[in-house]
Amino acid sequence: MEKQAVLRMEHIMKIYSNGVVANEDVSLDLEEGEIHALLGENGAGKSTLMKVLFGIESPDEGKILLNGVETVIKSPQDAIAKGIGMVHQHFMLVSSLTVAENIILGVAPVKNLFLIDKKRAIQEAEAIAAKYNFNIDVTARVEEIPVGVKQKVEILKALYRGAKILILDEPTAVLTPQETNELFVQLEKLKENGHTVIFISHKLDEIKKICNRATIMRNGKSMGTYSVADMSTDDMSRLMVGRQVVLEFDKKPANRTETMLKVRDLIVHNSQGVQKIDHLSFDLKGGEILGIAGVEGNGQSELVEAITGLNKNYHGAVQIRGEDIRKKTIKEIRNMNLAHIPEDRMKSGCAGTLNILENMFSNQYDRKEFSGRLFLKSKKMQQKAQEWIKEYLVKCNSYKQNVGMLSGGNIQKVIVAREFSTGPDLIIANQPTRGIDVGASEFIRKRLLEFRDAGCAIILISADLNEVLSLSDRLAVMYKGRFASVFTEVEKVQEELLGQYMLGIKKDDRLEGAMYE
Amino acid sequence: MLNGIFSVEFVNSILRATTPILFATMASAVAAKAGICNMALEGMMLLSALFGVLFSAMGGGIFGTASGLSQFASFGFGFLLTVLVGGLIGLIFAFCILHMKADEILAAIALNLIASGGTVMILMAVAGEKGASSTIASVAAPKVVIPLIGSIPVLGEILSGQNLLTWLSILAVIVMHVFLYKTPMGLKIRAVGENKNAAESVGISARKIQYIALVISGMLASMGGFYLSGGYMNMFTREMAAGRGYIALAASSMGADTPVGGFLVSILFGIAQAVANLMQLTTIPMQLIQLIPYLTTLIGLGIYSYARMKRRKKLLSSE
Amino acid sequence: MNSAKRFEAVRMVFAILIALLISFVIIFFVSDEPVNAIVQLVTGPFKSKRNLANVFESMIPLIFTGTGVCIMFSANQINLAGEGAFHVGGLVAAVAALKIALPAGVSPVVCLLLSAVAGALLTAIPAIMKVKTEASELVSSLMLNYVALWFSTFILMQFICDPATGAASYSIPDAASLSSLMRGTRIHSGIFIAILVAVLGYLFLYKTKVGYQLRIVGENEEYARYSGISIIKVILVSQLLGGFIAGLGGGVELLSPIYDRFTWTASLGYGWDAIIICTLAKKNPLYTPFAALFLAYLRTGASIMSRATDVSFEIVQITQAVIILFVVAEQFLSRYKHKLIAKEAKEALKEEEAA
Repeated sequence: MEKQAVLRMEHIMKIYSNGVVANEDVSLDLEEGEIHALLGENGAGKSTLMKVLFGIESPDEGKILLNGVETVIKSPQDAIAKGIGMVHQHFMLVSSLTVAENIILGVAPVKNLFLIDKKRAIQEAEAIAAKYNFNIDVTARVEEIPVGVKQKVEILKALYRGAKILILDEPTAVLTPQETNELFVQLEKLKENGHTVIFISHKLDEIKKICNRATIMRNGKSMGTYSVADMSTDDMSRLMVGRQVVLEFDKKPANRTETMLKVRDLIVHNSQGVQKIDHLSFDLKGGEILGIAGVEGNGQSELVEAITGLNKNYHGAVQIRGEDIRKKTIKEIRNMNLAHIPEDRMKSGCAGTLNILENMFSNQYDRKEFSGRLFLKSKKMQQKAQEWIKEYLVKCNSYKQNVGMLSGGNIQKVIVAREFSTGPDLIIANQPTRGIDVGASEFIRKRLLEFRDAGCAIILISADLNEVLSLSDRLAVMYKGRFASVFTEVEKVQEELLGQYMLGIKKDDRLEGAMYE
Repeated sequence: MLNGIFSVEFVNSILRATTPILFATMASAVAAKAGICNMALEGMMLLSALFGVLFSAMGGGIFGTASGLSQFASFGFGFLLTVLVGGLIGLIFAFCILHMKADEILAAIALNLIASGGTVMILMAVAGEKGASSTIASVAAPKVVIPLIGSIPVLGEILSGQNLLTWLSILAVIVMHVFLYKTPMGLKIRAVGENKNAAESVGISARKIQYIALVISGMLASMGGFYLSGGYMNMFTREMAAGRGYIALAASSMGADTPVGGFLVSILFGIAQAVANLMQLTTIPMQLIQLIPYLTTLIGLGIYSYARMKRRKKLLSSE
Repeated sequence: MNSAKRFEAVRMVFAILIALLISFVIIFFVSDEPVNAIVQLVTGPFKSKRNLANVFESMIPLIFTGTGVCIMFSANQINLAGEGAFHVGGLVAAVAALKIALPAGVSPVVCLLLSAVAGALLTAIPAIMKVKTEASELVSSLMLNYVALWFSTFILMQFICDPATGAASYSIPDAASLSSLMRGTRIHSGIFIAILVAVLGYLFLYKTKVGYQLRIVGENEEYARYSGISIIKVILVSQLLGGFIAGLGGGVELLSPIYDRFTWTASLGYGWDAIIICTLAKKNPLYTPFAALFLAYLRTGASIMSRATDVSFEIVQITQAVIILFVVAEQFLSRYKHKLIAKEAKEALKEEEAA
C-alpha cells in the first residue's frame, strides 16, 4: 500500500555566496509515519538540505511540497507554524530555566492577565511528556539535567508547538547507549502517533535498527533513497563513502627519522566533564605523515589542543623530541618548531580586521630576522610578506589588505604561509583544506608532502578521506577518543573498511606495534 | 558616632542614600538580564534629575502648590512625565545600539556626554544659571506620613515619614522580581539575555525584547534621577548623579543581576554612604569621606569577582 | 586608498558635519542671537593671536589622554581611568614641584616622571584586578575616577593648600614650570612632549614587538593565544602604559603656564574627551594631534561663543557625543558603503575583461 507523502523536496539546489554548491538536484520524500534516515559524511550537504527545509536557508532552485501543496518556508518561525520542528545538534536551551519554562517559552499560558500560569505550564509540559511517554521532571533546571534529558526537552519543545515532522540532527552523537535505546523507544512511539521523523546520522547500526528508509548523500548529491531492510551496513557505507578517486601525487616512500612526538596514555575531558580522549598513545617520527580519519567530534580537536599546549587539563604525557611539554607555555611549545593549522580559521587562525602582513608574523615576529630588542624590522617583514604572497599564491591587492576581505582559500593560504615559513619540524594540520577551492587545496597538500620529504613530522586530521588516503604514510581512525584501527600500508586501504572503522562497526584491539613501541 | 549608628536618623540616612542607587540598580538588572550593559544609566539619571525639576515646576504651574492635594498633583504630573521621557531616552539608546549597531559602551559614553552638557544648556536656557536650579520652584516628592504608626517609637518613626519614592523604590524591587520571574515577558527577557539563539529558535525576536528591556531600564533610571532632585535634594545641581549610575552597574553585577540581590547590595552601599555621612561629624577630612562609596564599590567588586572566579575554577577542576 | 578606507573617511566627515548641523539647530533654539553665536563658534579662534594660541594650548592635554586611550583600546582593554590618571598626574606633579626642591633643568623632568608613574599606578589597579579576580576593568576604572578625584582633593586640602587661597595649592615654583614658547600666549614646551608622545605611541603600537602583540590581542584574543602571545602581559602593559601617558599629560598640564597652582577640585573631563579623540583617530596615536586640534578648535570656538553670546560652552559636549554616535554606528551610511564596494567590484571586473 502506497503511503501518502507528507513532504516532498524536489530538485533542491543551494549555492552559498562563496560559490560552494552544497546541494545539487537533491530530492527527498517523506511518507507519513516513517523514520527516514538522512545519511552522509560531514560536508555531504545534509545540514544544508535541512536548513532549507527549516527556513534558515532559501534554495536557489527546486520546490517544497507539504501534503502535496507547494509551499515556501521563509523562516524557522514559518517552519514551526507549518508543523516542522527541528532538534539541533547543539541544544537551543536556556540553561538557568526549568524544563517546563523552556518548553513554553514564547507561548506561555497566562493567569490573572499578566502572570505566567506556572501550574498550567507544568501541567501542559507534563501532559505532553506523558503523551509521548517521556519520563522527565519538568520542574528541574536545564543546567542540572543530563544530556539525554536535554534532548528530550528539545523534542518536547518541538512537539508542544505542534510539529508533525521532526528533524533530528545527529541526535545520538551525545548520548550514551542506554539513552540512545530510550530515545529509540520514544521515536517508535512518535511514529505510532503519526509523526514523521527525519533522522540524521552516520551510525549505520542505529539506522538499521530504527529507520524505515534512508536517503544517502555524498558531495551535495543524493545517492538515492533505499528501504533500510533491504540493505546491509556495508552497502550503506559504500554509497556514503564511495569509491574515492585517489589523488595522484608523486609521492616518494617515507624516509623516517627520529621520534618527534610521543603521546602516552592521554586522557582528556571536555568542560562538561565528558571524556573525549581515552588512553591514547602513539609515536610520530620525522619524515612521515600520520593521517587521522574519523567522524568529527571523536576527540580530534582535544588531541590537537593537548599537543599544542592550548589545553593543559589532561592526564598522561605529551613529549616533543623527548621533552615533556606539560609545563611549557604555548609560545615555548611553538618555539620547539611546531606549526599548527587550526581547525577554525576565523575563530583562532587570524584576525580579520588586521592586514595580511600583520597576520603573517604573529608566531614569529620575535625572530632575529624580523625584530631587534624592541622594534620590528618592518622593511624585512614587508619584503617577506610579499615573497610569501607570491610563493603561496595569495590572491590580493597588497599585503595591506585586511585578511577578512579575502576568500576562504586565500585566508587559509595566509595562515599556511605563516605556519610553514618558520621551518617547522612538527606540523599539526587540522582540516587544512576544509571549505576551500580545489586549487588552494592541491597547493596546501603538495606543501605538506614537501615538508614530509624534508624530514618534518606531520599530523593530518581531515574529514576528507580522499586527502588522508592519498597523503598519509600511516592512517589511524579515531572513534570515541581512541584509535579504532591503524593502517600502515595506506595505499591498500579499502574505503569501505575505513568507513566501517569510522562508524564504529569494526574495531581493532591491539595497536601497540603500529602506533608506538 | 556610635550613638549615631543606633539612631532612627541613621536608618533614614541609609534609606535616603539607597533609594537612587536602588532604582538605578533595578534599571541595570533588567538591561543586564536582556544581555546589555547599560552604562548610559549615569546620563539617564542626570537628565531625569533635571527633567524632574522642570516638569514638577510645570505641574506646579498647572495645579498650584497651595494645598497638599495640588502639591501631590504637581508632583505626580512631573514624575509621570519624567518617567515617560526616561522611557524615551531608553528607546533612543536602544535605537543606537540595536538599530544603528553602535558599540554599547561608546554609545553610552556619548549619551552620558549629552546628558552632562545638555543639562547645563537646558538649565542655562530655562533658569539663566549653570550650577543649580535654585530659582525654579520645583515640587519634591511628598513624604508618606502614616497616621497612628508614626507615634510608635523607633519602628514607627522609621516607617512613617519616608519619602514616597523610597517606598516606590522598594516596590520596584518587588515589581521587577515579579516581572522578570513571573511574567511571560520576563521569561523572554531572561531567555534572550542568556541564550539568544535558544530564544530565536522558538520565534522570539531578540531585538524587540531588548528594546523593551531598555525602555524599562530608562524608566527606572529616571525614577532614580527624579529622586535626586526631588527627594534627596530639592533642586537640580550640575553633575548630581555623581557616578551613581556606575555604582549601580557594579551593584547589579554583584547581585547577580537579580532584583533581590541588587536590593541587598544597594542597601550595603546605602550603609556605606550613611556611615560616611556620620563620619562628617568627626575630624576625618570631608574629602576622604566622599571617597568611601566609590572605594567600597571597588573593593566589593574585587571580592565578589574573586569569589566568582574561584567558584568557576572549582567547578572546572572537579570534573 | 581602497574603498573601505575611503568610505571610513567620508563617513567621518559626514558624522562631523551632521554633529555641527545639530549643534547649530540647538543654538537656533536656545539663543537670542544665533547667527552671531555660530559666527563666533566657527571663526572665533581666528579672531586674535590669543584665541588661536588657545586652540594649541587646549590641544596639548587632549593629545596625551587620547594617545593613552588609543593604546588601551587597541588592546581591547576598556579602561576608562585615563581621566583619574590625568588628575592624579597633575596632583603628583604639583606635590613634587612643591616638596622636592631641584634645579630648573631637572625639576620638571622629575616631576613629570613622577606624575606619569602615578598615572600608571592608578590604571594598574583595574588591570591587576582583571588578571587576579577577572573583574571587568570597565566598572572598576569608573569607580577609580571618583577615588582619584577625591583623593587628590584630600591631598590638596590637607597637605599643599595655601591658606590664603582657600582651595588652591601654593604657587608652583618657577624651577618646575614648563616655559611658554611665545610671548603673549601660553603655548608651552609641553606641546613638543605631546607630539613626541603621539609619535612614540604610534611607533610603539605599530613598530614594536609589544605593540604588535597588543593589537593582535585587541583584534582577536583567541588568535593571540593560539599564536603564543601572553594575554596577561598585554592586559598589564597596555593599561599601565595608557595610565602612564595620561598621568604624564596631567603633569604637563599642571606645570604649564596655564596653571599657577593645583586647583583641580572637579573632574576636568580630559579622560572622556580622549574617547572621541581615539574614535576619530581610529585608535592610531599618530592621528591624535589632528583629532585633538579639531576638538581644541571646537572648544576654543565654543568658549569664545559662550563669552560673547548667551550660548553656553557645554554645547560642545553635545557636538562631541553626536560625532561619537555617528562614527561608531555601523549602520550609518552602510547602504552607501555597499554601493561603493559593489562599484569597485564591477570596475575590477571590467579591468579584468579589458586585460
